[in-house]
Amino acid sequence: MLNVGTGNKAVALAVRDAKPGVVAAYPITPQTEIVEEIANQVSSGKLGARYIPVESEHSAMAACIGVAATGTRTFTATSSHGLVYMCEMLHWAAGARLPIVMANANRALGPGWNIGAEHSDSMSMRDSGWLQVYASTVQEAYDATIIAFRIAENENVLLPVMINLDGFLLTHVTQGFETVDPSGFLPPTNTPHAIDINNPGGYGTLTANTDHYKFRHDIMVGMKNSVAVIEDAQKEFEKHFGRKYEMYEEYMTEDAEVLVIAMGTIGKEMEVAVDKLREEGVKAGSIRVRWFRPFPDLREKFEGKEIVVIDRDYSFGFGGILANELRAKTCCNPYSVIAGLGGQDVTYDDIAGFVRDRKPGEEFWFGVSE
Amino acid sequence: MAEIPDDEYILKTTSACAGCSIPLCLRYITKAAGPDTVLVIPACCTSVIQGLYPNTAVNIPVYNVAFASAAAVASGMSEAFRAAGKKTNVICFAGDGGTVDIGIQALSGALERGTDFLYVCYDNEAYSNTGMQRSGATPLGAATTTTPAGKKEFKKDLDAIVNAHNPVYMATACSAYPLDLYNKVEKALSITGPKFIHILAPCPPGWRYQSDKTISVGKLAVQSGMWVLYERENGKISLTGASKAAAKKRIPVEDYLKAQGRFKTASKEEISELQQAVENNFKRIEKEVDGTC
Repeated sequence: MLNVGTGNKAVALAVRDAKPGVVAAYPITPQTEIVEEIANQVSSGKLGARYIPVESEHSAMAACIGVAATGTRTFTATSSHGLVYMCEMLHWAAGARLPIVMANANRALGPGWNIGAEHSDSMSMRDSGWLQVYASTVQEAYDATIIAFRIAENENVLLPVMINLDGFLLTHVTQGFETVDPSGFLPPTNTPHAIDINNPGGYGTLTANTDHYKFRHDIMVGMKNSVAVIEDAQKEFEKHFGRKYEMYEEYMTEDAEVLVIAMGTIGKEMEVAVDKLREEGVKAGSIRVRWFRPFPDLREKFEGKEIVVIDRDYSFGFGGILANELRAKTCCNPYSVIAGLGGQDVTYDDIAGFVRDRKPGEEFWFGVSE
Repeated sequence: MAEIPDDEYILKTTSACAGCSIPLCLRYITKAAGPDTVLVIPACCTSVIQGLYPNTAVNIPVYNVAFASAAAVASGMSEAFRAAGKKTNVICFAGDGGTVDIGIQALSGALERGTDFLYVCYDNEAYSNTGMQRSGATPLGAATTTTPAGKKEFKKDLDAIVNAHNPVYMATACSAYPLDLYNKVEKALSITGPKFIHILAPCPPGWRYQSDKTISVGKLAVQSGMWVLYERENGKISLTGASKAAAKKRIPVEDYLKAQGRFKTASKEEISELQQAVENNFKRIEKEVDGTC
């Protein structure tokens, strides 16, 4: 069914269509519309779930943990300070192997107070055991939410999934999008370690060093397995609904001499920049990284090419986080551009400029004069 | 008096300290609740008492959660069971630190939302799991490892805070009177909505008394009026058990304090302040029982 709406609304409708049993959430800008829309869906009876209006994000994730522990499908949404306030519970959700799905409206962290798009919030949860996907269009936000439930609930994964949307640039942008009936695509939740009154046991009990590392290893295996599960879920989604997704999205990469890499909405802007550069005779291509955890293998794609990486985040004392991940995973020597922090405007013209002026191995902070 | 079931859900070999009152509380709570129950436990003594993975000394599901999150996790669980049409009891079993300090936000939220659950705070008046540091529930004059000269502030009035949320049922109990606890848990679980029970749970190593004195120290707490047993239903308070007698005649607070090592550094002034607080508390309770306040 064709709809017109924002990224936030698309996520909320995807949640409605995935039919969770319980949703718990706390409002925060620019995620608020997701919470409002879900509350509306529940109150009008379009979504037959229970909605828990919790008193904090820490409690939002805690409540989702309680729901998922019983084997019931659940969802929440947050952003920025809400995400970092949840941090403890994010680790708990992954450690307890609970298939919780959450949308995060990517936003800067204070001080100063800034509500613009930035990936510093989700990137700081990089090592929590959550899968992370970054959307670039309203349609993708809808589709990724539906697909996320199937991945999280797969018995070879059983890890939570975070769908990331750039604050305002995607959460508040209105586009046309198609909703689907995912009943044939999303099997009912089947959590093998759901609480069973008839088979009681301790969950998350005190665990000595003789066992703890085995559980961490299991999470590593679940994350490894998730690559095949993601690929399969995306293929099945294409079969059912005709829209194709991969671990990353390529544009004009085949004969490219220089590749520009980014995530989120800048990733879409890059494609226009590539068109522009091609007109100028620069053999450019782009790769938008969609799944940041698990991280895609781009070694073959990078062979013999120059790399420009745009980060809407920064690891102080080390560098752009996406650039660092790519350095570690592909041994490339990228031109690392830090751009778009706090919702700073980054146009396709700016991106074309980064590519033209690239200095491999160097770091450039867009808009900062030293 | 209710018939206490023979069924045991707490096995005999827990990892509790000798003389710990917590397994006793758990034993009677689970007897009253029955097998269709999930315990939600934040970081507290019970996360140790239940045993080391892969073993457990508790024969109902026990869900361990992060320190500040017990009431919120229980909210999610309770809603999920209701969504699935199940009547499973969800019981938070949390220490005083996880309730009056770090967990109070989640507790307040869950009570305000009318969550259908029972929250039990077993109060050993310190962070006993980490070796007896001061909590908001530590009484005036008690020495802990972070108040070596005795705490200078009164115990936080958790019951007044909880009462301000208008739960459908609230009660106090003491591990020295397990039948009184059993009856209160049984009653609480027969009512839908947010229920709260606050149990005084004496701690031999933390309170510095011999491990065979747990019951007698608990009884002294009630007989001196330092701990009052009551129930609050539909806005009405009623004293129960030994507190009915204590309301009329009680032993001096000093007799309770002398039975423990933690009050050794308490000054005469502090002891008299504690005695005065007990008198004031009973005056307040009497007025409430009369309906004159």
